[in-house]
Amino acid sequence: MSLKVIKAGILDTIQDMGRYGYQQLGINPNGAMDKYAMQIANALVGNDLQEAVIELHFPGSVFRFTQPTLIALSGADFSPSINGVPVPLHHCIAVNKKDELQFNKPVSGARAYIAVHGGLEIKEWLQSSSTNLKAGAGGFQGRNLYKNDELLLKSKNEIYYLLHDNDFKILPWFAGFAANENSQEIFFLPGNEWEWLTEESKTIFTTTPFVITEQSDRMGYRLGNTPLITLTNEEVVSSAVGFGTIQLLPDGKLIVLMADHQTTGGYPRVAHVITAHQSRLAQMKTGDEIWFRLTDHQTAEELLVKQQQHLLQLQNACIFRLQEYLHANRY
Amino acid sequence: MNYLNIPYRIFPLGDSAITVDFGNVIDEAVNNEVIGRFHQLKNYPLHGMIEMIPAYSSLTIRYDVCTVRKNTTIDITAFDWMKNKLDELLQLPMSAPQTSSRLLQIPVCYENGFAPDIKQLAAIKNLSVEEVIQVHTAREYKVYMLGFLPGFAYMGELDERIAIPRKAQPQITFPGSVGIAGKQTGIYPLRSPGGWQIIGRTPLKLFDADREDPTLFQAGDTVQFYSITENNFYEIQNSLSFKRGDWSKV
Repeated sequence: MSLKVIKAGILDTIQDMGRYGYQQLGINPNGAMDKYAMQIANALVGNDLQEAVIELHFPGSVFRFTQPTLIALSGADFSPSINGVPVPLHHCIAVNKKDELQFNKPVSGARAYIAVHGGLEIKEWLQSSSTNLKAGAGGFQGRNLYKNDELLLKSKNEIYYLLHDNDFKILPWFAGFAANENSQEIFFLPGNEWEWLTEESKTIFTTTPFVITEQSDRMGYRLGNTPLITLTNEEVVSSAVGFGTIQLLPDGKLIVLMADHQTTGGYPRVAHVITAHQSRLAQMKTGDEIWFRLTDHQTAEELLVKQQQHLLQLQNACIFRLQEYLHANRY
Repeated sequence: MNYLNIPYRIFPLGDSAITVDFGNVIDEAVNNEVIGRFHQLKNYPLHGMIEMIPAYSSLTIRYDVCTVRKNTTIDITAFDWMKNKLDELLQLPMSAPQTSSRLLQIPVCYENGFAPDIKQLAAIKNLSVEEVIQVHTAREYKVYMLGFLPGFAYMGELDERIAIPRKAQPQITFPGSVGIAGKQTGIYPLRSPGGWQIIGRTPLKLFDADREDPTLFQAGDTVQFYSITENNFYEIQNSLSFKRGDWSKV
């Protein structure tokens, strides 16, 4: 009973909230790029928010279900369809045996997520299901998904009674979102070496857009900026970095570290993207522009707490609707 | 035994991590303080702490903002709470870490095929290749930190006579390659682009995802290299493949 890859995508991996506790050994955390979207998908199918999901880049894999189950799609809009019929994001969808899910064109965002009711049967490595491509461990055999891979499902929950024929059904509720107004705005906190920048470079940082270059992946985004200048030639002794750390490279360009970042680094840390905006950043792609806005700890923490509260509310509401629906349609 | 009372500074690493910085230096006494504080916090973890990342002269603590804030009043940020707790803790004297420092003997083959940069290093430093090997194997090194790649140990301090800057252009480096960068030495656990000058290779596996402890080294370990022949190298490598994941007997 599984989800089978019948055509491979460019970079589809199993990810969860990340592997923490092992960075002291140089083992980087990985995890979903857009953890907010990942958790929304989990909430919609009644999962733990931290359950492992499939993260897709475009072009994404084509999947065939070998058992009826519930799924939810979130994150990037890659114009998904089941058996050729377009399906929406942010809904709980009952799919049937032999249904095929595919992604047709990139409409918005950079990473899409599939959550499956009950979760995927993945052997944890160091307490996480996230794929570590560099170490070749975690996730599905430590690698991205290939054709004919079969992802087993944890839940054998039979929901076939929801489906009268060989087709899928979109359940009648969805996760609502406030319009993501001005999503190019990324809030940052100054890094320890922020004061190394000249006043002019600080002004450039906060008042001009930064374009995401082609040299951008799950490890980090390189930005194409007019080189920033520092007041000092001092060097940073290697020290911890994190998701969202913005490092200044020797050529004056910036790199924003993302989910597959190294554990430590020796470049000046001029800024850090706040956690609540990492999801927004994860959905940006080559050519997109970022506007950095200075914020403070109070704001950063409140935004994060608010996001967490929203997720918990959504999760409770979805569990309630799902139970009610399954009960009402049982006989 | 108490460690030196080294001045420190605390700064945020974004909104979910905090760094205690003992001075932006590569120095054994400073690193002892880092490792000592790491073990102290491991024994008495702070509320909401997720993990710690010790480095040369800094200790970074990742924490869960929501968990920390549940324990604080609205007036104080999770960062300020963590900072206050760390300030309190750092006032306390620290006893030597419980875990005794291990001494690991690492076999290295310094022969040609495994040591693409050793001849040039010897030439620049006015030494023979034998002298380079002799100097590299003479002293014990301390593992200051792990980082860059899973299981990559930054060790020092290297004898000035064989210290050399890294390469201008990184090159593909094979697993087990022993390198030099400035007054540091280290071993690449995985195939990777790397800028360190490669002077030999160890047949040991420094990273093995299947092991309970996936990396050979930990911060705080003591390491000594010894020279082996190419034949020894393959013998050890072959014996390792029979007892995969067990390097303790080598």
